[in-house]
Amino acid sequence: MALTGIQILKMLPKKNCGECKIPTCLAFAMKVAAGQSEIDECPYVSDEAKETIGEASAPPIRTVKLGAGDSSFTSGGETCLYRHEKRFENQTGLAVRVTTAMAASDVDGRIERFKTLQYDRVGVNMKAELIAIQDSDGDGGKFSALVDKVLADAPEANIILMSEDAGNMAAAAKACGDRKPLMFGATEANLDDMVAAAKDADCPLGLKGSNLDNLVGISEKAVAAGLKDMVIDTGARTLRGLFEDNVVARRAAVKSKFKPLGFPTIAFPCEMSDDPMMEAMIASVVMAKYAGIVVLDDLQGEILFPLLLEQLNIFTDPQRPMVVEEDIYTINGPDENSPVLITCNFSLTYFIVSGEIEGCNVPSWLLIKDTEGLSVLTAWAAGKFGADLIAVFMKKAGIEDKVKHRELIIPGYLASMKGELEEELPGWTITIGPREAGHLPAFLKEWKPAA
Amino acid sequence: MPFQIFEGKMDRKPLIAMDVVDVNPEEWPEPLKRHFSDVLDNPLAWAKKCINEYQAEAICLSLVSTDPNGLNRDSSEAAKMAAEVINGIDVPTIVWGCGNPDKDTDTLRELTSLIGTKKVCLAPLEDANYRSLGATAMAFQHPMVAASPIDVNLAKQLNILMENLGVNLNTVMIDPSVGALGYGIEYTYSVMERIRMAALSQSDEKLQVPIICNLGREVWKAKECRMASGEDNMGDQETRAIMMEAITASCMMIAGGELLIMRHPKAVNLAKAMVDGLMA
Ligand code: SF4
Repeated sequence: MALTGIQILKMLPKKNCGECKIPTCLAFAMKVAAGQSEIDECPYVSDEAKETIGEASAPPIRTVKLGAGDSSFTSGGETCLYRHEKRFENQTGLAVRVTTAMAASDVDGRIERFKTLQYDRVGVNMKAELIAIQDSDGDGGKFSALVDKVLADAPEANIILMSEDAGNMAAAAKACGDRKPLMFGATEANLDDMVAAAKDADCPLGLKGSNLDNLVGISEKAVAAGLKDMVIDTGARTLRGLFEDNVVARRAAVKSKFKPLGFPTIAFPCEMSDDPMMEAMIASVVMAKYAGIVVLDDLQGEILFPLLLEQLNIFTDPQRPMVVEEDIYTINGPDENSPVLITCNFSLTYFIVSGEIEGCNVPSWLLIKDTEGLSVLTAWAAGKFGADLIAVFMKKAGIEDKVKHRELIIPGYLASMKGELEEELPGWTITIGPREAGHLPAFLKEWKPAA
Repeated sequence: MPFQIFEGKMDRKPLIAMDVVDVNPEEWPEPLKRHFSDVLDNPLAWAKKCINEYQAEAICLSLVSTDPNGLNRDSSEAAKMAAEVINGIDVPTIVWGCGNPDKDTDTLRELTSLIGTKKVCLAPLEDANYRSLGATAMAFQHPMVAASPIDVNLAKQLNILMENLGVNLNTVMIDPSVGALGYGIEYTYSVMERIRMAALSQSDEKLQVPIICNLGREVWKAKECRMASGEDNMGDQETRAIMMEAITASCMMIAGGELLIMRHPKAVNLAKAMVDGLMA
């Protein structure tokens, strides 16, 4: 169980010196308890206290890091079963698999698509983050060559090494250098050698069980051998089995603090279906239900993009609405006679409104005002969408230089603001738009600038 | 929770209804339209095609044409057409109004007088018209859909109001107002999980009601379903749109959706295959 602020306070020196950048020890203790500050920020706590606090506040699913630098990948760190309870911390990583049994052109194609299939949405760069490299036949030479190739051709990729040969694995891990790979493939049979290799390389180890119980056994042994960073696979290769194991493992770790299952999981839809669309459906299920990493056979834009959208949506923090930047957005190539609309910067509102405008092909200027992610009505009630603020924003954005007319279309829900806005924006006509975005197309098609 | 059959029974698979629109949907993207190209002008033939060719287990007849902000087709005319469709098919059917409370009351009332003893599910009953439509549905013993804006408490409140009216909650489904993948699905997802949790863990009887997700119409509005093949690295248009719809369905079923309304035959098949995989 996490410690309370008071329990943490007892372990602090109570100097109230402020070196932790928080004025008092009590305030600092509260922040640590809430997970908003790290205990390390206080230079005066004993190592012993650090360990106690660290242990107590560690999430039930261990946080495991791969790679290096800016493109590193983090998995785990989860603390709940349902995203509405708090949030999901680290999004499921999508991986593409290449194998030593594949033709060179198939490998090249996958690496190429890995690099090019990236998408920007609400300021987030969405992409697959990992490449899994599989040793198909135990040929160490071929495996090393493929690993070297991927390392060289995909410098941003985080690496999963897949081999059951500890020797091949050790060599490959060495080649990865500081781009920490996940060493996947410790089974009951090769566990000791794999644990040694993982310790030697200082990399996370992937455990592969033949079923849930078998995995728990392997995990207990690995923990006893002193390993900390692991990723687990129960071996389930049916959708029902995989879903069940994922739910059971997450629940055991979060609810019962069952340590052997307190690690991120890895799933292999690539081994579960030959149909890329069905493979994506499996990925879709386990992304929502607890896979830390999902390995796909290939990447294609038409399938990867929807999966990435799910990843983005499910792993959004429910307590922090996604926002778009305050700006003037051009839709369908507007000119000086095109309508000017304004709304809030809650990303959902933006997507729906801009989608409707785009769909009806009317060139328009869409002003997005920073409302701290609040929806139109809430923002207005909270004083973040007042007439004065809108006036300031419109001046700053420079919309007057972009259009000849002076007519602003406001959301229908803010009809009562018309008068105030006309006072704040002399020379502008305020037009009340529809309440529902769905009625925008009809509205815009009829629209003519006020004479 | 859904599909956790290792610890509890899940007696019924989620049901998927295919969407039939009562007027030629000009705005549908080509990769969707082409599967219905010979029946787009004939709702009855369309419904039959869904059932016979695409193995639809249920139909949702969407009365888009009655929208006062759109075609504004006369209620009695629309009801007559709807009755023809309903009398011509033999699978569970939902009749979904245009979303204008007054107009829907008129049309659906008219409809109930035309279909005799045949049962259809009436949708949507909202805050503004649950009294009138609820009374009609009760009188003719039709099941109904209670639609509320994406919020656990609003869903509960409407169910309480319906019960006060005398409606048996056994005849009600909750429509939590769903958002598509990329368009607010995270809100839908969590509201649905919370409704399910309240119903199952806290035994909140007012929320022990199946959830219906009218997702096809949301998904196919999305820009990503309309962008041509090859644009912005997003690959083939039809496959992309199918995946948008199928993954939206996947998320909703995982979160507790029991009846889904969908459009593309391939997306329906993928969703069914997923259910079969989870319940195998
Ligand atoms: S640095 Fe340590 S001792 Fe100083 S105020 Fe912060 S918690 Fe207290």
